[in-house]
Amino acid sequence: MPAPSWEKDPVLSVEHVTMRFGGLVAVNDLSFAAGRGDITALIGPNGAGKTTVFNCITGFYKPTQGMLRLQHGDGSTHLLERMADFKISATAKVARTFQNIRLFSGMTVLENLLVAQHNPLMIASGMTVLGLIGFPAYKKAEKRSIEKAKYWLDKINLTDRADDPAGDLPYGAQRRLEIARAMCTSPELLCLDEPAAGLNPRESGELNQLLLDIRKTEGTSLLLIEHDMSVVMEISDHVVVLEYGIKISDGTPAEVKADPRVIAAYLGVDDDEVAEVEEALDVVVEEARQ
Amino acid sequence: MSTSAPARPFEPDFAAAAKDAVLSGVIALGIFGPLVGLRTTQNMSNQLIVESHWGLVAIIVGIVAVGRFVLRAFVFPRMAMWKAQPKVESTAEPSFLRRNIKTIGLVFLLFYPVIIVSMLGYQQSIKWVDNFGIQILIYVMLGWGLNIVVGLAGLLDLGYVAFYAVGAYSYALLATHFGLSFWILLPLAGILAAMWGIILGFPVLRLRGDYLAIVTLAFGEIIRLVLINWRELTNGSAGISSIPKVDLFGWITFNVADPNYVGKVFGLANSSAYYKIFLYYLILALALLTAFVTIRLRRMPIGRAWEALREDEVACRSLGINTTNTKLTAFAIGAMFGGFAGSFFAARQGFVSPESFVFLESAVIVAIVVLGGMGSMIGVAIAAVAMIGGTEILRELSFLKVVFGSDFNPDLFRMLIFGLAMVTIMVWKPRGFVGQREPTAFLTERKAVSGSLVQEGHG
Ligand SMILES: Nc1ncnc2c1ncn2[C@@H]1O[C@H](COP(=O)(O)OP(=O)(O)OP(=O)(O)O)[C@@H](O)[C@H]1O
Ligand SMILES: [Mg+2]
Repeated sequence: MPAPSWEKDPVLSVEHVTMRFGGLVAVNDLSFAAGRGDITALIGPNGAGKTTVFNCITGFYKPTQGMLRLQHGDGSTHLLERMADFKISATAKVARTFQNIRLFSGMTVLENLLVAQHNPLMIASGMTVLGLIGFPAYKKAEKRSIEKAKYWLDKINLTDRADDPAGDLPYGAQRRLEIARAMCTSPELLCLDEPAAGLNPRESGELNQLLLDIRKTEGTSLLLIEHDMSVVMEISDHVVVLEYGIKISDGTPAEVKADPRVIAAYLGVDDDEVAEVEEALDVVVEEARQ
Repeated sequence: MSTSAPARPFEPDFAAAAKDAVLSGVIALGIFGPLVGLRTTQNMSNQLIVESHWGLVAIIVGIVAVGRFVLRAFVFPRMAMWKAQPKVESTAEPSFLRRNIKTIGLVFLLFYPVIIVSMLGYQQSIKWVDNFGIQILIYVMLGWGLNIVVGLAGLLDLGYVAFYAVGAYSYALLATHFGLSFWILLPLAGILAAMWGIILGFPVLRLRGDYLAIVTLAFGEIIRLVLINWRELTNGSAGISSIPKVDLFGWITFNVADPNYVGKVFGLANSSAYYKIFLYYLILALALLTAFVTIRLRRMPIGRAWEALREDEVACRSLGINTTNTKLTAFAIGAMFGGFAGSFFAARQGFVSPESFVFLESAVIVAIVVLGGMGSMIGVAIAAVAMIGGTEILRELSFLKVVFGSDFNPDLFRMLIFGLAMVTIMVWKPRGFVGQREPTAFLTERKAVSGSLVQEGHG
């Protein structure tokens, strides 16, 4: 069997990552790769350790063991487990959203998108000093950042609400805004923690279009945690399945869907029953071969 | 927003009110009956006897019951009606006063000494320019400085007075020992205070919320104790006196003996009022500088990062913002303005001692910022006028002696009235005088953000 495409040019390689909280092993010796330009889905039952993996990738937790390597398109490599969380966003260019939305609710939609462009604006303002005395270069940079914000507002259909406080938006719009805010940092890898949670089917469909569009026009690689299997199957190129912090399956959506261990994990079948299912499948496979 | 209840016509529910009144009457009787109604005293032969004051109890119970009736029947329904229709209020065109409050305030401040002098003459003007004008403006400036830390960045700093002290002692020491001019020492005091802001900031900024508040409080006290105990440098609690006056860049001075004394230059009679008026304009300029810088900073990435930090620190870090540096800059810039104000304070008093930098000062400045609300500059200014002007006005309450008898000392009630006023204001306007946040950028229309959405910050 040839190596899968994501092994050839990975944007993110997770190597033997373990995360312990006291006695609890939330992630256990996890290794997987996310391909450049791919939409990689991380799935698993509640408490499987998906958010913990995200927190390790984005530096909010330091993994107890293991390596997280991020490779940019230009070949530069960043070892994420050694970097401070804000550096991971600023220099390794990994952006994320949160399972429970974290917008700046008292700031307007536009301001949320401007805060996301903090670092380039900070440089343009000469670390504030030049901007304070009215340097024209900063004015231009600010105009550009507003243009960028407008571009994203257009994509998420929120242009007409740009001047409203983010906390006033309906839930679905807040989810989209959080994605746009993450995209305003111009990330190489965008990590989305359950972006479709709480969305109705129409919104969920729009979200799929948005994510596909982000990949196509921005070339950003996506890593997403998702419970909604229809979303996963529809848009992802590669699925990694976790259960109790252990990777139980890794492959294309079709492969994973057919994996008896995944079926068992999702249907809550006992371990010996898994063996039975596997045997049954083996028989089917044998028969097909003959 | 959510569906507001249809505005019901105003109709008092007398039955419920009467029931409520009887109930509160009974409770009041239960409480005040034993407390007020029965009193033990000694009679002439030193025996313990019980006196009864049922008349007084009846009066109290009556007041409680009637008061409750009025509240329940008339006041509460009105309040509910007001609450049900806040939208109507906000869509209405703001009044002329409200729209132009900044310009009106600024013009008034610029002409304030002129108005006072023309009304009362030079000698009489001193009290109004000094006790009211300068005093209030110092606190406006301190409030605006602390507003950067508390109002914008959401870091509760209870030791702000420490930076005020650093500024004051920097000027006092460097001016008395080295004879340096105010105009050199002013920026230097600011820099020194900012440096102390960073020194304090480094270890404490990883703390959050209550812990940060306690450590900053302790820092304020440490600075004060150092000032008291480091006698060789600071002269201990006796303080430093004969701090030189400010002059106008050496061209004009305010010492009667100097050849270029302001009176001699302009051919005016000697008066200490000139110096006060000069100081007034100086502190006005400093306060406006603070305002100008803060307003500009708010529209810059650093200012937005401060506010974002107040809203959600984790999200800030996920967007690549170095939160430690961001907090440090807030601390340092806030401290710098405190240092400016401190050196002005030293120059104005001509005397500094650790007495001036007690915790109460920090508390008053924090109170001004909290009362102002939402990191709003105007709110802070109003709060400073209300709090400092209010306490100064309370000094003028000698007329109350006519009411309460000649041994009534209004000064004793100053803090009481002050405290009551604060509680009232916080109940009436829980998010401070200005319950809205002005956005720093807009695409089509600048809409104020309602206070209920704005976070207060947790560290
Ligand atoms: N900071 C922490 N301290 C202690 N235990 C933690 C911490 N964070 C996560 N855990 C534990 O790690 C396990 C995995 O949690 P995690 O949030 O990663 O699950 P998840 O896969 O994201 O689940 P869900 O689908 O419910 O979001 C859980 O048992 C959780 O209680
Ligand atoms: Mg999770």
